[in-house]
Amino acid sequence: MELIDYDAQIPNNVSLASDERLKRALEQWYPGYLNWWNQMGPNGFSESEVYLRTATGVDPKGWAQFQYVKMPEYRWGIFLAPGDPERRIGFGEHLGEPVWQEVPGEYRAMLRRLLVVQGDTEPASVEQQRHLGATAPSLYDLRNLFQVNVEEGRHLWAMVYLLQRYFGRDGREEAEALLTRRSGDEDRPRMLGAFNEDTPDWLSFFMFTFFTDRDGKYQLEALAQSGFDPLARTTRFMLTEEAHHMFVGESGIGRVIEATVNAMKASAIEDPYDTDRIRALGVIDLPTLQRYLNFHFSVSLDLFGAEASSNAANAFAAGLKGRFNEHKIDDDHQLASATYPVLRRDGDNIVARDEPALTVLNARLRDDYANDCTNGVKRWNKAIERSSIQFQLSLPHLGFHRRVGEFQMMPIDPDGHIAPSTASFDDFTAEYLPTAADRSYINSLMQPVYDRGTYASWIAAPKVAIDNKPGDFEFVRLHA
Amino acid sequence: MIDLRTHPDRYHHWTLKIGGRQAELVLNVDEHETIGDGYELKMNSYDLGVDIELADALERLRFSHPEITTVLVRSAKDRVFCAGANIGMLAGASHQHKVNFCKFTNETRLFLEDTPAHFIAIVEGTAAGGGYELALSCDTIVLVDDGSASVSLPEVPLLAVLPGTGGLTRLTDKRKVRRDRADYFCTLEEGVRGHRAKEWNLVDYVVPRSGLPSLLDSLTPSIDEPHQRHVTGIVLNELTRELTADSIDYTHIHAHFDRANGVANITIQGPDVTPETPAELLAEGDASWLIATAREFNDLICHLRFNEPTLGTLLLTTQGDHTVAQHYIEAIELWRDEWIVDEGLALWSRTLARLDLTSRSLITAVDSNSCFVGPLAELVFGADRSFYLDDGDARLTVSRINLDAFPMMNGISRLASRFWGEPTRLEELTAVLNQALDAQTAEHLGLVTFIPDAFDWDDELRLALAGRNSFSPDALSAMEANLRFVGPETMATKIFGRLSAWQNWVFNRPNAVGPEGALQRYGTGLTASFQRERI
Repeated sequence: MELIDYDAQIPNNVSLASDERLKRALEQWYPGYLNWWNQMGPNGFSESEVYLRTATGVDPKGWAQFQYVKMPEYRWGIFLAPGDPERRIGFGEHLGEPVWQEVPGEYRAMLRRLLVVQGDTEPASVEQQRHLGATAPSLYDLRNLFQVNVEEGRHLWAMVYLLQRYFGRDGREEAEALLTRRSGDEDRPRMLGAFNEDTPDWLSFFMFTFFTDRDGKYQLEALAQSGFDPLARTTRFMLTEEAHHMFVGESGIGRVIEATVNAMKASAIEDPYDTDRIRALGVIDLPTLQRYLNFHFSVSLDLFGAEASSNAANAFAAGLKGRFNEHKIDDDHQLASATYPVLRRDGDNIVARDEPALTVLNARLRDDYANDCTNGVKRWNKAIERSSIQFQLSLPHLGFHRRVGEFQMMPIDPDGHIAPSTASFDDFTAEYLPTAADRSYINSLMQPVYDRGTYASWIAAPKVAIDNKPGDFEFVRLHA
Repeated sequence: MIDLRTHPDRYHHWTLKIGGRQAELVLNVDEHETIGDGYELKMNSYDLGVDIELADALERLRFSHPEITTVLVRSAKDRVFCAGANIGMLAGASHQHKVNFCKFTNETRLFLEDTPAHFIAIVEGTAAGGGYELALSCDTIVLVDDGSASVSLPEVPLLAVLPGTGGLTRLTDKRKVRRDRADYFCTLEEGVRGHRAKEWNLVDYVVPRSGLPSLLDSLTPSIDEPHQRHVTGIVLNELTRELTADSIDYTHIHAHFDRANGVANITIQGPDVTPETPAELLAEGDASWLIATAREFNDLICHLRFNEPTLGTLLLTTQGDHTVAQHYIEAIELWRDEWIVDEGLALWSRTLARLDLTSRSLITAVDSNSCFVGPLAELVFGADRSFYLDDGDARLTVSRINLDAFPMMNGISRLASRFWGEPTRLEELTAVLNQALDAQTAEHLGLVTFIPDAFDWDDELRLALAGRNSFSPDALSAMEANLRFVGPETMATKIFGRLSAWQNWVFNRPNAVGPEGALQRYGTGLTASFQRERI
């Protein structure tokens, strides 16, 4: 093992250079990580120089340093947001006690599990997006993809740091295991379902970054409330990076819509369902967009787990994982007698029922998430409205196409109507999901556009590019 | 009321798939189909209803599909094999229901182990608590390792109770897991995964999912050899029974309840006629006396356990022509190599073992209408106390099958248990095999407790029953359980006598079941509050 100049190669604010135990653990892990990146990271771009944002510190100047860098040489780094020595636990049974700087023994297993599940999602999305570089609609989008990828890699580092620093041998084993699971692998799948789905095309990628990364935001935000201070601080910093991923998704879909409505107007097509003519223009028709949205929203909802969850209740009571914006919520933060309305099936209807708030924290976090998604959809619809084409995108009902929780495998349509019990889940829901023809059409659009300042027909140029650069900036220098 | 009768067509949770000589038992628990209220069976967790189906499936495998040599036990749910007994159910159940539920699940696991086919548990995902214990009762455990699959017994750290379905005992006694490792394993909430599970012998094989088919192919043939049986089975029809407020009547068994004295008077009819050939017995199918009576008796014992907790004494007697009954048993003894006879006797053996394990006083009365022979004679040998009307008639016979066909949970016959430490008594019996014995001879041989004559009979029985009813039921349960199982320890006696007894104690302690106990608080997000004294 070659010697590492830790502070240069691994920017950090956790005194890595003087932490012998952590250094030893990282020395074991780092080669495995690089090996994983080379096997599973973006396919075919190891030599390309990418205009990437690198965090070298957590202050405003330090966290967004732009420069050309080859991805395998990216400085992933370990960062905790600045600490507050007065910080106290904000919820649960330990409310008001000083936050923990070391792992409380009785919560060791629970905390480790939370970290492993969170950590497992980070490399998963890199794996899922591995082949997308070959079909990017522009150099600008290609860069965004790679920015998302390296930051997912860094988020893996964040969880691995906590595992290695605070969980002894078990933690090191878990950190190793994060490198051995593979998205979609029959034998060693990633832990959560959505992270084993294909991301076969760029429309899926934008949907993924809008919907699935947004789940990440909500999970991270809940962890940022943690009474285990190192976890709270690392996730708070992750959230600043995560915001960009969602920007990629929201603006990506927005640009797809813009390309579509502009092309329709130019050809005087008013009927959004005139699919053949719309597709002949080389753009994505809005109903297909809706079907992709239905799919990605529903599988992302599954990531929140079952509505009622004793794990979530335990983690809250223990002070390890709070609610979204816990510190802004005006209640007792212990929820011993509080209730929360949860959607449940009642015969042929779906009704909201008040249930003990502590046990339905997943449902609450999911509702917060769904509201956030609604806002994004509204912004997309504004763009459609401006074009005066009669079409509105909408989020499907929470019960649609679910494989986890109250509505799992129930034939419920996007409007929330329950089909007769004779309808099978697959037959019924498939009607509202991308068809084979949709996928094959989208796939036909996936041709790489690598000329500076040029964009594929199905996506508009961004209004503002990154780091105040012009749209024709060479965001990626493809290797010769 | 809890009804133990079910049928594969009505299963909610299990699917029994038969294909050639291999069967699959697939667990896919319907969360909402519970036997009690106030809980959902998430993550393939179970309550009594799930186990009743498993017990039924095992019975049908034996009788209806004797050709089956390998049974794969697996889950239809993604990433969870089975999460064990449902905690919401345990938290809400009465002490009596919890104890009887555990007893029934333990019996079912032991009956699974007793089933001739080779059981392979295919653990995909997590097997926690009772889920791992189900796997432990199989002959072979395959862990399909996807990086997160694990086995665990998290009862102590999570629930403040013990793994209640033989987990501790099977770890050390069956799988020979070293006890320090077992100790560590049983305190790990998240259990053990992958190669460490294999290294510690918690599982037999660790394979990736893609390697499972070839592993199963390699396991199946070698497993098949000792059990090759090319026969077709019989149909088990639903038992018919008639319930009234104070009685329950089957075809061969009649029970009426003397609620004032807490007594269930149970009369079992002996056989009317002996089949001429084994083929004739097979043709009778589930209507044959051998099988029908055992099934009815089994159903009755369970019914009393779950639905009639205040009937503390079972007064057992038989009715029928003793000569016919003896002839029947002699025929059976000649046909023991026939699978249907073998299975019929094994069914009796399980049923009698269930009776031994039932926490009710067992008093047997041999009166002028009796025919105590074969499995029925076991009721005399295994009773807590027995009475034989001394009127000169002979209605009790010791048969060869009484020496070896109906072992108790301690692995030895009721006669060997009865004469523990007196081997000469057993030798004396070999001289009187297949002879009808009168009361005096039976007493002389040590086979009965008391032999009142006709003048005293009614009084003696009445006094015995009334006396029994005056004692503490708890003290009686404990006394009987201690006296019944003499001699050697087996895995089963440890499970019922040690593990279950401790669990029943834990189930009464505030740390587990108090308002701030772990079972009550599990899943609410509140932490249990423990009383710290060690007892």
